[in-house]
Amino acid sequence: MAAQVATDEPLLKIRELDKHFGPVQALYHVDLDIPPGQVTALCGDNGAGKTVLTKCIAGIYQVDHGQISWEGHPVHIHNARDAARLGIETVYQDLALADNLDIVQNMFLGRERLRNGLLDEDSMERAAKETLSNLRVTTVKSIRQPVASLSGGQRQSVAVAKAVMWNSKLVIMDEPTAALGVVQTRMVLDLIRRLRDKGLAVMVISHNLNDVFEVADNIAVLYLGRMAVQDRVSNFDRQSVVEYMTTGGSGRASGRPFKAN
Amino acid sequence: MEDLSKQTDIPEAAPDLTAAAPEATVAELPPEVVAQSLSEYLRAYAARIRAGESGVLPIVFAMVLIVVVFEAISPNQVYLSPGNLVNLFQQSAVIMVLAMAESFALILGEIDLSVGFVGACGAAITVQLVQPITTNWAWPLAIVAGLLFCLAFGGIQGVLITRLRLPSFIVTLAGYLVANGLFLKILLFGPFSGYPNLVGQSDNLHVLYNLMWGTIDPITSWVVAGLVVAGLGALMWFADSRRRTSGLVAPPASLTLIKIGAIAIVAVVVVSICNVNRANLGTLEGVPWMIPIVLAVLGVWTVLLQRTKYGRYVYAIGGNPEAARRAGINLALVRTVGFMLCSFTAGIGMLLYASYLNGMSNNVQGGQYVLYAVAAAVIGGTSLMGGRGKPLHGVLGGLVIGAIYNGMYLLGLQFEWQYIVTGLVLLAAIIIDAVSRRGSASGSVTRI
Repeated sequence: MAAQVATDEPLLKIRELDKHFGPVQALYHVDLDIPPGQVTALCGDNGAGKTVLTKCIAGIYQVDHGQISWEGHPVHIHNARDAARLGIETVYQDLALADNLDIVQNMFLGRERLRNGLLDEDSMERAAKETLSNLRVTTVKSIRQPVASLSGGQRQSVAVAKAVMWNSKLVIMDEPTAALGVVQTRMVLDLIRRLRDKGLAVMVISHNLNDVFEVADNIAVLYLGRMAVQDRVSNFDRQSVVEYMTTGGSGRASGRPFKAN
Repeated sequence: MEDLSKQTDIPEAAPDLTAAAPEATVAELPPEVVAQSLSEYLRAYAARIRAGESGVLPIVFAMVLIVVVFEAISPNQVYLSPGNLVNLFQQSAVIMVLAMAESFALILGEIDLSVGFVGACGAAITVQLVQPITTNWAWPLAIVAGLLFCLAFGGIQGVLITRLRLPSFIVTLAGYLVANGLFLKILLFGPFSGYPNLVGQSDNLHVLYNLMWGTIDPITSWVVAGLVVAGLGALMWFADSRRRTSGLVAPPASLTLIKIGAIAIVAVVVVSICNVNRANLGTLEGVPWMIPIVLAVLGVWTVLLQRTKYGRYVYAIGGNPEAARRAGINLALVRTVGFMLCSFTAGIGMLLYASYLNGMSNNVQGGQYVLYAVAAAVIGGTSLMGGRGKPLHGVLGGLVIGAIYNGMYLLGLQFEWQYIVTGLVLLAAIIIDAVSRRGSASGSVTRI
């Protein structure tokens, strides 16, 4: 394991975060720690508030109350650009890739490199190639093939590569394996491990406990807008995670309720 | 990126993921991105054709078929005579430029039905402004005024479509009617009874007339054509060989040479045809001005769409607007500018038409030309669903439509038949688009 020692200061620290939509309280006093160089799985039943929490971190939603600290400093994330500036990149479930563009064009979309006012395709292709080979994404036939011709796992890889290319420190992945077959899932989980081994923090939202136990170092469980528990993966078993997801507590002694320090 | 590369590499062996790459995808790839040699390229190309991705092949077959049929049935076999071929180029030029205009809307996943009459308005303004007995503007100013009108009209349509989120089909249909009315109004200015023309002694009139009918003398034609082919060939060769040596995706050298050779052959054929004396009496020879004009529009728009950020965003929006929005692209701005460039290019196209007609009159079929433009772009390979297409497609498709139009004209077919054939050609183009889409996975996001 690359991440044996939990560092003292989490990369992202959330305290008492509240978010409501009209009369609906989506998140209530949520605390969450994302340590650097580790994979944190965010679990929870439908409607538990996983996506809302993600979008608060990614700058899509504005929080009502609460404090977000990034590398020890309090920050306010107002939009996706703020998040990107801090080094937070989100890979959404729909991946947001343009099918008609090739891999390089997708990876640089919106941040193209220019030379003499024209697109610098050579430099972009070199950088994209390097990122992909760093992530050991080796299955694509050509980096110049349109994304339409890629498999589901390859698309996920391209979306992740697009996210990590910008010196990001935290990659949030929303249900990365939801639509994938066995081989493709394997490919994406390997990719997540490689991100962690490169020192990036990864937050994975997943329903699939097999995947969670395979890659996660930490598990956080949301239950009806509250953080039910967050702890090292070794303090959980499948049964206890399911109990936290469905009842917000666990009859067994495994996993301590999350306490803010 | 730099940060990642400095990280220590992972020692453990990566699992063999190559098993995940399905062989079937080979047929979906553009051959030039996978092939290392010419034979590999040809095999990949053949696989693509079998998979329904036929590229420019249908258009070549269509062109051969059209030429053979019309040459056989045209009176006295004049279809392939140099004089008629130059005429065919001239008739096609208008459609080519309008199709390139329409490309902007189509690649964005929209449509612009107003190109014919908006362009006609711009051309009518130009023709009116240079009239010596009324305003007598210098020709460059008159052209700028006409094109500015087009830009403004496209801008208004673009703002309505993007800010109020109205469908482009309806907005430009309204624009079509408004521009049709404006066009007839503009014609009525001055003492020309609605027929301002380019006949007269003024230099300004001559320049506009020469856009279509002026010729470059044969020697200069050869020299310029040679320089253009050499320049283009050198650019292609050095760009490709630089990419090959630095290990980037590049077509095999032989393929680059074949492409350059094809351009050279087209140039030689076109210049040879144009340099034959095509006058019944006296001398009329050389490449008409309109050929370099069309090529200039093609070149500038190709660079804009393929080599600039703006062009990349146009394709991204056509392929997946949501992805473009999340990438921080200003969708409304890119779309509005797209509609402006569409109308602007239409202004150039209809100015060529005004030159061809030697003036402007209420006989101009702006509505029919929209359909020709859409049909030409689609026949050339631009998709109606957005995200796919090139200005070159407009030129190739415009040649096909022009070849049919010219053939029917030679046969003396009545207008009603021309309408019917135009409609059928448009239908055929859309069927080709739909069928080629069904046969392949590539294309736009909407796969229904």
